Amino acid sequence: MKRYIRAFRAKTVASLLLGGAVGIGFCAQTATAETAQLGGTLDFVVAGEAPSKDGHRETTYAIVHPYAPFYSLLIRVNPDNPQSSDFVCDLCVGGVPEPTNGGKTFTFRIKEGVKFHDGTPLTARDVKATYDRIVFPPEGVPSARKAFFNMVDSVEAPDDTTVVFNLKFASGAFLPALATPFNWIYSKKDLDEHGYDWHRDNVNGSGPFKFVQHQPGAFVEGVRNDDYHHAGQPHLDGFKAIIAKKMSVRIQAIRGNRAAIEFRGFPPKARDDLVNALGDKLRVQESDWNCVLLFTSNHARKPFDDPRVRRALTLAVDRWGGSKYLSRIAIVKTVGGVVFPGHPLAASEEELVQLAGYGRDIEASRAEARRLLEEAGATDLTIDYNNRDVDQPYKVVGTWLIDQWAKVGVKAEQHVRPTPQFYAALRKSHEFDVSIDFNCQSVINPIADVTKFLGSSGNNYGQYDDQVLEEIYGKLARAPTEDEQRALMRQYEKRALDEMAHMGISLWWYKINPHRSYVKGWNIAPSHYLNQQLDNVWIDKSLM
Amino acid sequence: MATPQAFIDTGELDELKNPLGERLWSLARKQPLGTAGALVVVVMAFAATFASFLTPYDPVVNSLEDMLTPPNAEFAMGTDEFGRDILTRVLFGARTALFIGLVAAFLGATIGLVLGVASAYFGGLFDLIVQRIVDVFLAFPLIIMALAVVATLGPGVENVIIAITVPFIPQCARVVRSSALSIREIPYVDAARALGYSHARIILRHMAPNVMAPFLIMLTYFVGQAILLEAVLSYLGMGVQDPTPAWGLMLKGGAEEFLESAPWLSIFPGLAITLAVFGFNLFGDALRDMLDPKLRSR
Repeated sequence: MKRYIRAFRAKTVASLLLGGAVGIGFCAQTATAETAQLGGTLDFVVAGEAPSKDGHRETTYAIVHPYAPFYSLLIRVNPDNPQSSDFVCDLCVGGVPEPTNGGKTFTFRIKEGVKFHDGTPLTARDVKATYDRIVFPPEGVPSARKAFFNMVDSVEAPDDTTVVFNLKFASGAFLPALATPFNWIYSKKDLDEHGYDWHRDNVNGSGPFKFVQHQPGAFVEGVRNDDYHHAGQPHLDGFKAIIAKKMSVRIQAIRGNRAAIEFRGFPPKARDDLVNALGDKLRVQESDWNCVLLFTSNHARKPFDDPRVRRALTLAVDRWGGSKYLSRIAIVKTVGGVVFPGHPLAASEEELVQLAGYGRDIEASRAEARRLLEEAGATDLTIDYNNRDVDQPYKVVGTWLIDQWAKVGVKAEQHVRPTPQFYAALRKSHEFDVSIDFNCQSVINPIADVTKFLGSSGNNYGQYDDQVLEEIYGKLARAPTEDEQRALMRQYEKRALDEMAHMGISLWWYKINPHRSYVKGWNIAPSHYLNQQLDNVWIDKSLM
Repeated sequence: MATPQAFIDTGELDELKNPLGERLWSLARKQPLGTAGALVVVVMAFAATFASFLTPYDPVVNSLEDMLTPPNAEFAMGTDEFGRDILTRVLFGARTALFIGLVAAFLGATIGLVLGVASAYFGGLFDLIVQRIVDVFLAFPLIIMALAVVATLGPGVENVIIAITVPFIPQCARVVRSSALSIREIPYVDAARALGYSHARIILRHMAPNVMAPFLIMLTYFVGQAILLEAVLSYLGMGVQDPTPAWGLMLKGGAEEFLESAPWLSIFPGLAITLAVFGFNLFGDALRDMLDPKLRSR
């Protein structure tokens, strides 16, 4: 089993190197040479309002950015090097433990003396109660990432400082799942006394900042937790997360120094405008982004139950050309398959060009698309096309896809819907032929991330059941070596994107974070969910 | 005692004698602003009708290699973020604006006309109920009403037309009713009743034609307002959907994002909206001046 763990670690080191090459290459910050200064309040802008305050049930960055600083995790992605999947302890002691029992048992020692913000001591029993709520939620209690933990058999807390995770089978996906930034440790007392809905409206964590107030539609405010369990942190006196839905407002907030940073990401033009306006008062960090925009066909509607029609749609899309131009106007850039580009399990360019719609000769692809449509009796096809009313990158890529399909004679009637109605169309009414879809993950964990393409997955909206794909995934999830995982991943990719063309991938996102240069200690991650506790962030007053 | 000539407007007789060109010139001198408005309307209608012949480009096909080109000899108004010619989209946008504007204004004004005349004709409880309902609708600003309708029905051209039509109906009904109330008292309406004509015939054949002046004024005013409302709804993402060329839609998204680096994205559709609304309003004002006997004599 150590071979399994070694294989996983080898992948993470490789992804560190590859991801770092992109991300750190752009990071002008070198926090290592500087001494963190104490004090100051960090004002940052957030594009959306959190639907609730409960991280266990929510999936949006709009909750992570303002509320993650109030909480601790058991383990987390290294805040000093978030480009990697290099996990470090947050509430546990020492390093992330090696598994025992053939990779099926993980034993964590919990820090002593940690307190929740209400003064209650944090023990292993709180960690167990938290993971019981996430992994084994009672019926009716939502847990957005329950499926990440399908390998977990039980969680035990034999004493106040020990937590044991017993797995059903060894899995390289366990530690990344554990480090997911939504797994905030709640107090057992709160869960027992107030129930599972209490955290929707209340905050009681053990993180670097204490909750002060939430003004709906305006801001969330936090103040330094003097009892924080990482010595010498946090550096800031507090923070204010200012809610600003319009991107132009967020850009102007940074430009006018009403906010120092926005953690999700801006498009290239906004970066250029800010750089031109602010010069050396601005720093820009960039990274590949563990987010991909997809288009999902509704297999329950004709003629999208026909793989030839679905293949035609993916064959029509010029991904290489799109990457070249769209990367100038949108937060997308990288051409890739089902796995985060650059990861050892991701397809190489030579492998990618073998897939439908990834060939370098777009005219040949489109000729094949027209032939398939004709063969399927679907010429003059008009698509009921569902899109989300968010400019970046949904509407930009959505409009580009309409043009791509038009080139093979397919007309798309776009219905741009606000987020709740967009999700309602995907999840409940299924009123679409083809819909923009996405797969955004936090910790890079390809074996878990690619479940999006399974018909049985909770976040798959294609309404299909492909047992061949399920079987390939079953083998992939248990494959012990990287070589085997890689080979199975290619089979999986070929089946999902080419043979059955269940979904089409457009482009992977590209993260651009321009921020005031006085913000120090924050390093860009390949996800807008990661590295948001802000305990290592500080303000360089000499640059203000 | 006044001579018979005193009852004849000699200006009207002159107009009847003069050829069309001279009459138009005379009208242009009397109503320079109205003429300017009419010219804008005519140019817009021409652009909308012959858009396909006026430009070599397609309004929806992307040309990414030309993205964000500033105005030049090849692209008179520059290109947008998808490389689409802005002039072409402005011309085709006129088609969208005029189609929605004319249909919504005509429907709103016509339904309002019938409702207003009927309300005045029947009077009593019917008038009371109709006018209280009209009061409720008039209590809301146009844009709020339109937003409420489109939020219920969803975006799209047909729903935008409905959303714009609904708030126009009570506005027209109220104005027309006030004119129709005086017409109701004229003896020929009683005569029509005495002849046994149906209510519908009296309303549509005898009363409605006599309130055409306020109707036409409202109609032209509504077209300008409808164009503006369509632009607002599209700008808010609740109207026409991309890639359909529509002025309001052109102002949002890319135009906002590239306001600084590519201002032509927002300047030209913004100008088109301003000119169109301005043109229809001036034209409507002039029409009111011509059709209202009190204002005509000034």
